[in-house]
Amino acid sequence: MRRPAARTGRAAEFWLLVFAALIVSSALVIVELNQSRELTWTLAAYGGGYLLALAFAHVLVRMFAPYADPVLLPLVALLNGLGLVMIYRLDLAAAGKAAAAGQQAPTAQAPAQLLWTGVALLCFLVVLVVVRDHTRLAEYPYTLLLVGLAFLAVPALLPARYSEVNGAQIWIKVPGLFSIQPAEFAKIALIVFAAAFLVSKQRVLTSAGKKVFGLVLPRARDLGPLLLALLICLGVLVRGKDLGTSLLIFGVMLAMIYLATGRVSWLIIGLLGFAAGAYLAYRLFGHVRVRVDIWLHPFADPQNTGYQLVQSLFGLGTGGIFGTGLGAGRPDIVPFASTDFISAALGEELGLVGLTAILLCYLLLGGRGMRAAMSVRDQFGSLLAGGLAFTLVFQMFIVVGGVTRLIPLTGLTTPFLSYGGSSLLANYIILALLVRISDSSRRPAAAAPRPAEDEAPLTDAPTAVVPVARGVDR
Amino acid sequence: MPALILQLTRVGFLILLWLFVLAAIRVIRSDLRLAAEGRVADPSRRAARRAARASHGVPLPAAPGAPLTPTMLVVTAGSLAGTRIRLGPGPILIGRAEDSTLVLDDDYASTRHARLVQQGSGYAVEDLGSTNGTYLDRTRVVAPTPVPVGVPIRIGRTVIELRP
Repeated sequence: MRRPAARTGRAAEFWLLVFAALIVSSALVIVELNQSRELTWTLAAYGGGYLLALAFAHVLVRMFAPYADPVLLPLVALLNGLGLVMIYRLDLAAAGKAAAAGQQAPTAQAPAQLLWTGVALLCFLVVLVVVRDHTRLAEYPYTLLLVGLAFLAVPALLPARYSEVNGAQIWIKVPGLFSIQPAEFAKIALIVFAAAFLVSKQRVLTSAGKKVFGLVLPRARDLGPLLLALLICLGVLVRGKDLGTSLLIFGVMLAMIYLATGRVSWLIIGLLGFAAGAYLAYRLFGHVRVRVDIWLHPFADPQNTGYQLVQSLFGLGTGGIFGTGLGAGRPDIVPFASTDFISAALGEELGLVGLTAILLCYLLLGGRGMRAAMSVRDQFGSLLAGGLAFTLVFQMFIVVGGVTRLIPLTGLTTPFLSYGGSSLLANYIILALLVRISDSSRRPAAAAPRPAEDEAPLTDAPTAVVPVARGVDR
Repeated sequence: MPALILQLTRVGFLILLWLFVLAAIRVIRSDLRLAAEGRVADPSRRAARRAARASHGVPLPAAPGAPLTPTMLVVTAGSLAGTRIRLGPGPILIGRAEDSTLVLDDDYASTRHARLVQQGSGYAVEDLGSTNGTYLDRTRVVAPTPVPVGVPIRIGRTVIELRP
């Protein structure tokens, strides 16, 4: 092997991680300075915990995926760290507000989020260790489909007492213990299923079909299972009133079908179906109408339904080009600033310049995922990486589009930035899968798993394993 | 805290953030350069192909006087087009079998179609008794044949090349 050290990229990853850690630590210090607070040991413990987590993740990648893409982990480390700092900063604001009103301070979210980061890294470890070869995932497509659908269906079927938070029935709440958002995990299961399904059907999807107006229309039965899965998801999500997730899953499925077939007709069919579905949803469901009306006329009712979006827009406007500085703005005025609106909070304090840098980080993350998808040696891995990379970027588009009033607000978490355990866990699982696939795509051929060197002579191989497909060339 | 220091931290932090993005892009760029090494050697590759065609498929060394060492296998046509595999010391197995180094999804390829083995500083291609044969440029491979850099190997509808 030539220059193994230079090619694995682990040294580059290490230095980028150090850089990310430096940025996150300085963000924390700037927040403290702007809030005129002392630098305390509690703070050092937070920072130390985060650094420990980073070091742990880096060692894991060195051990279990030595050829992985060197940029993936540092980008996520930066985003997760900035999220932690912003959540801590919002905690300070909430505590200050409660103290001014003479109430008890609400539970701080930052320690919980730090704990979730630790748990998420454990998940990252488990996925990296268990999934040594990503092609193994393709062996259980229908099991994963069932798991995904069950995860989506359970909250919709549970009594609202155990599943409803703020009008959306998408949670599983175990009172007094924890609550999870299963849709985040269902998303991953459905992407793996779609990748496996599309690989097995690819040949039929790209060839068979009638030609209408220059577009080759696919046969409905080839995509039956996929469309059925999609309809069930959408039904469940409409019942759970979670528009963001249904939009996300629909978009990802469409993107994956396009990646697998490379045919524009699928995109056109999908977009027409989307337009029809969106119109129907607008006519049929009150909550959809409310969202669209807020989007079109946010200032019609600024104190009530439009309050959140209007405050977010004011926040972004206050931030302007260069932002108010970390800890110097008032991002806490926006309701749910630490979950759905964390990008508005970051936009206020870091300005257009800072928010653009953060969006670029997502773009690079997605780009590296697509790069792994292009260079991996099997099509399942290629589709899986493409789908996973697309969800990260598309989710970010839905969230930031909603917050900046480009598209109607739908309420999704921002990957890696937002407060929320389920989201963090699910996104770290996505990261682990991307790291695994990029590792296998960058690994030199000789170091590939299962080398075929000491194989039995070809004459000894059973004849049953040497058929040529469809006998076209006999 | 003096306002000046706060202003400095505010601007400084944004600069730091953008430096990180640029550093990440730098790492990506050097990675892409590694992957695109083959493109740098384009002229010599074309020359090699032309020479191979001119002599009716008897491949010549890529660049006279300066034989290039292949480091990468690139799929140039077929459903896997764009795939790159770094070459190592072990043999590279090509076919539809799941455990091949390059897993083809090609109806015209056999389960175990061909393999590339290291020979000196270069590689040789060997047909593993495939149904449709392996072609080095235009010649059917019957015995292990050395593969010059940049000369296409055709397997079914897939074309691969070695690149420096």
